[in-house]
Amino acid sequence: MMEVLDILLSASFWAAAVRIASPLIFATMGEIICERAGVLNLGIEGIMVIGAFAGWMAVYQGAPLWSGVAVAMLAGMLFGLLHATLTVPFGLSQHVVGLGVTLLATSTSYYAYRLILPEVSSPPKIEPFQPFEIPILADIPIIGEALFAQTPLTYAAFGLAALVAFALYRTPLGLALRSVGENPAAAEAQGLSVTGLRMGAVIVGSGFMAVGGSFLTLSAFSSFFFEMVNGRGWICIALVVFGMWQPGKAVLGALLYAAFDAFQIRLQQLPIGNVVPYQFFLMMPYILSIAALIAMSRRAEVPAALMVPFNRGDR
Amino acid sequence: MRLEPIAHPSLARRLGFPAAALGLTVVVASLLALIAGANPFATLGLILKGAAGSKFALLETLNRATPLIFTGLAVAVAFRAKLWNIGAEAQLYGGAIITVVVGTSALAALPTLPLQFLMGFSAALIGALILLGPVLLKTRFGVDEVVTTLLLNFIMLLFVSYLLEGPMKDPMGMGWPKSEALDRSARLPRIVDGLRLHWGFALGIICAFAVWIIQTRTTLGYEIRAVGLNIRAARFAGIPVNAVLVKTALLSGGLAALAGFSEVSGLKGHLSLDLSPGFGYTGIIVAMLALLHPLGVVVSAVFVAGVFVGSDSMSRAADVPTYIADMLMAIALLFMVLAILLSRVRVVRG
Repeated sequence: MMEVLDILLSASFWAAAVRIASPLIFATMGEIICERAGVLNLGIEGIMVIGAFAGWMAVYQGAPLWSGVAVAMLAGMLFGLLHATLTVPFGLSQHVVGLGVTLLATSTSYYAYRLILPEVSSPPKIEPFQPFEIPILADIPIIGEALFAQTPLTYAAFGLAALVAFALYRTPLGLALRSVGENPAAAEAQGLSVTGLRMGAVIVGSGFMAVGGSFLTLSAFSSFFFEMVNGRGWICIALVVFGMWQPGKAVLGALLYAAFDAFQIRLQQLPIGNVVPYQFFLMMPYILSIAALIAMSRRAEVPAALMVPFNRGDR
Repeated sequence: MRLEPIAHPSLARRLGFPAAALGLTVVVASLLALIAGANPFATLGLILKGAAGSKFALLETLNRATPLIFTGLAVAVAFRAKLWNIGAEAQLYGGAIITVVVGTSALAALPTLPLQFLMGFSAALIGALILLGPVLLKTRFGVDEVVTTLLLNFIMLLFVSYLLEGPMKDPMGMGWPKSEALDRSARLPRIVDGLRLHWGFALGIICAFAVWIIQTRTTLGYEIRAVGLNIRAARFAGIPVNAVLVKTALLSGGLAALAGFSEVSGLKGHLSLDLSPGFGYTGIIVAMLALLHPLGVVVSAVFVAGVFVGSDSMSRAADVPTYIADMLMAIALLFMVLAILLSRVRVVRG
């Protein structure tokens, strides 16, 4: 029991939780933007892979780190454009297109990786983002190390969440976006372009998902390897539901999930880790996500027009 | 732009667009080969040769197609009811686990037919139960099955990893994570002696016909289509929607698990973590390319398997990464769903 308390009171545990949450926050914000406009984006998993790959490859070829982030975002937006074109004006099944985009983005990353680096046994490394300590704040015990001694991309993740929350609830654009996700016909009557707003949301949202992916290669690890996204995109889909499509609650959900993930890794080091096989610890975050979905299902306020294509002139 | 449905699309339109989708996929394949610095015609030729150029290649393709027929059918059945089962991978592994458990137990002494039936039946049962969970969560609590079935894939792989390092570890495995192997006598025999093709392939075709009959000749098939077309209208018409969804799930999960049974009993003989290189996910492509038609699934499974087998063999000869196959299949899927739409609607301005 004391050991568990030790984990929960250690600064490194909370620092790890914030670090693990960062890519999830980027991608979850991206998904919230898409879904608030009425488009479920199941391309998220693959878009995170292409972001992780493209950002890393740009830096590996000599680009500065922030350019890598920009390249990742552009790559994500490109696949977002593909998703948006097929699901918005053509109104194709968002499930099928999303899975197709995931398969395409993932295989494109792997194909390009093998093309550029045909014969590498151990993945090459880059120099990733280093932690940046915010003066004074970083000296606060526990909280300082957890919140104010992170890499710049982590600060950007929290900044993005604040920006998305502000944009959604306090700007005309956010209102327009939410209205095309709730009642596209009414939005159209107001003179809004449903197609334009939805496509824009999917493209921008996909860009953020890719930045989330690039966090893995440019900040958390220093190389790209296959299977590295490992279901994080699907976790983000669950986080959107858990956060009831609200940026603030989704950030809390991401932190909760990440704390749990960091906790299970540390729990494996304790005596209990010798009794319970490690696979069960690794399962816990996925099981937690399913449990959270069940718990939130009754209260979920789904955007009314989510997954409902809009074709002008249809009654 | 606006989409206008065409009341009676012409045959040229209905065939032309899907054909164009496949044609465009070939064009993309050529471009990808060019990017890799290879000759596109030589690359396509090598893929074709690797997939069907010899008796060995063709049998390899049919073997690879076998699990895809099952997962493709599983997806086709579920998607027809708009039940998004993305968890065929987990169901496949569930079936594989049970096949090994039964096949290495005292029951393995049974004669071939009852033993294979028992293994296949228990595999299908487990697969059905694995999908039952997410579907009950959907019907009872409204939890989206896409996320739950996807996450179950990850949970199942970890569970298999645990089994292979723990209770099901092969004592003779020399540290390799694999299970004990089934005895030769406990395995699915080959269809023709000397040819490397097992009865799993035949079972796949039988299942395809069975699903086709269910879909076209039974009340359940009618109800599945009604639920998929318009769930509210189906409910209004008195169709027990939840019961139909549960039945669909049992059918779909069972079919996916048969892929695990067939791979273990027919091909590999044991359980390992690389038993399925994503057959569950590829099943989605197989089903969509077949327009969710059960008999079409057989054809598209052979086609998709051919692309994968051919690309594997091509990448050994030319410097084109084997992932070209995954890219092509994803592109074919996206082109195809667009083509199917365009064969039914007209794009108009304004």
